[in-house]
Amino acid sequence: MHAHNPYLPELATIQEVIQETHNIRTLRVTLDDAEKMRDFTFRPGQVGQLSVFGVGESTFVINSPPTRKDYLQFSVMRVGEVTQRIHQLNAGDQIGVRAPLGNGFRYEDMKGKDILFIGGGIGMAPLRTLLLYMIDNRSDYGDITVIYGARSPKDLCYLYEFEEWRAGNINLVLTVDAEFPGWNERVGFVPTVLKEEAPSPKNRLALVCGPPIMIKFVLFGLKELDFEDHQILSTLEKRMKCGIGICGRCNMGSKYVCLDGPVFSYSELREMVPEM
Amino acid sequence: MSGKAFIPRDSLGAALDRLSKKIEVWVPAMSEEGRWGVEFLPYRPGMRPVLDRQSTLSPKRVVFPQMETLLRFEYIKDPDDPAKVKFRLDDGQEVKPQFVFGARPCDVRGFFTFDRVFTEGPFVDGYYRNRRASTLFATLVCGEGDAACFCSSVGSGPADQAGSDLWVTPVDGGYVVEALSERGREYVALLGDAPSELQEAAARKVQEEAAQQQVGDPDLVKSAPSFRGRFEDLDYWRSMVSQCLGCGVCTYVCPTCYCFTITDEGKDLKGERLRSWDSCMFAQYTSEASGHNPRPTKLERYRNRVGHKFSYFPEKYDGMIACCGCGRCIRSCPVSIDIRKVVQELKEKANACA
Repeated sequence: MHAHNPYLPELATIQEVIQETHNIRTLRVTLDDAEKMRDFTFRPGQVGQLSVFGVGESTFVINSPPTRKDYLQFSVMRVGEVTQRIHQLNAGDQIGVRAPLGNGFRYEDMKGKDILFIGGGIGMAPLRTLLLYMIDNRSDYGDITVIYGARSPKDLCYLYEFEEWRAGNINLVLTVDAEFPGWNERVGFVPTVLKEEAPSPKNRLALVCGPPIMIKFVLFGLKELDFEDHQILSTLEKRMKCGIGICGRCNMGSKYVCLDGPVFSYSELREMVPEM
Repeated sequence: MSGKAFIPRDSLGAALDRLSKKIEVWVPAMSEEGRWGVEFLPYRPGMRPVLDRQSTLSPKRVVFPQMETLLRFEYIKDPDDPAKVKFRLDDGQEVKPQFVFGARPCDVRGFFTFDRVFTEGPFVDGYYRNRRASTLFATLVCGEGDAACFCSSVGSGPADQAGSDLWVTPVDGGYVVEALSERGREYVALLGDAPSELQEAAARKVQEEAAQQQVGDPDLVKSAPSFRGRFEDLDYWRSMVSQCLGCGVCTYVCPTCYCFTITDEGKDLKGERLRSWDSCMFAQYTSEASGHNPRPTKLERYRNRVGHKFSYFPEKYDGMIACCGCGRCIRSCPVSIDIRKVVQELKEKANACA
């Protein structure tokens, strides 16, 4: 076809697989075309479509920041057919990648601000990309607080990095839903911990990602703390096919999550058709 | 070349025979065993085009096939380690010039919706663009239509020439053909001899009368604000959609419904990635692997279909609505849901509320 067929994946090779939890694996891949890998540019929050040929494609956030480009990382939770198959892949296996897609975070506008990340479960994946980017440009940002919750300690991803995050002057608040033997961090749902932490909204942005029910109550919590709509950003998930704003299914009104999103401010979301 | 030709009614077959030697021709004809009624089929000598009524299915598939290959993939086994597999991908697309004879203005207008989405976004869909660019339309001047037609309500009409390469006007004894585009002009002489002055005059009269026709009463063009205003009025949507079976035929027959799915089909060490028509009226369309569905019932799904055509699309594309007024969804609906009524009452009730 023509030079830029947006449906044609790049072939990539898996360099490393990390078993994060019982149902989440992280893949580190490099594009087989060395030149394309070298020239690959993206912004934190943008996504990619991973292809297992013969099974299909699914959308995942690019989970490593553009400041660390030895590989492109994707964290994949096993929930459906494609993710089931992805979980069977090993280092050395080939996979298809269509990326970058979507809008990503406008991190340029975040300079000089205090940042509050609020992540639940696999929702930490897109936030991690921006978090690492900020750690790599730490002096550009003020206080960075991360509230990261999961059902149990066994469901937390990136455990092996928490030391690095804290060493990067990140205020990391970890929480799980219920008491667990050996767990010394917080216990309670993310919205509750948010209330307890009560970070000031002054000159701060809140970046939220997690299951819809968590997002809903976190939004209530942030409003109680006097965060304004434009200070709250979320990154959404939908069933996607084309990933380029054509096939129709990931729309919320006239906006396509794959193309106009997945990152939206709460003020944008309020204007949109409420079909989360 | 005069740019005009006359095809006597009993020579239509001969004219299409000549044309089909030059280019792939599609005509509206009775489908095999009458299964679908009239649909657009590749012309073969002896076939009888059905030109006296609107086709059951629009020519959507001529440019946007119900299923097409996006890419072929092949598994290459590593001879040293059979557990290792590499892939070879091929996205080649073969596109032949094609000529649609006997479309109607609404059918052609349907592709304007596709054009915006497939060729004018930040990403261009080359599969569509290539086939669209190699397709000509010889369009029939339409008449008053039937009870389901409403092209005038959506800013078109039975003499709308937009998007056509040739204009086919039925007159006594045959058809007067007239070129509307440069590439259409190339085929005129092939179709017949120049018309007589009388035939030309007769054609003009038919065209003028068609241009006067008002097909469909309610003006459905500016419905976006009332849609948004009544988005949360679940009683209204429930009343409109309670009888809906969720069969999806409205999207299947629609010339502007372009939504699709992508699936992989593999056999042995080869396979294809396919693009197929999908329907927003199906639950699986938005159903996520987690079990969550942002449009869980037919209420949300039908509301999205109406919203897409009359509110979301015009919001995104300078006021253009994604409906060509062909009436096929009304004619084919097994429970007689009438989109004109749904949109019109939306507006009336919105006015009543205000």
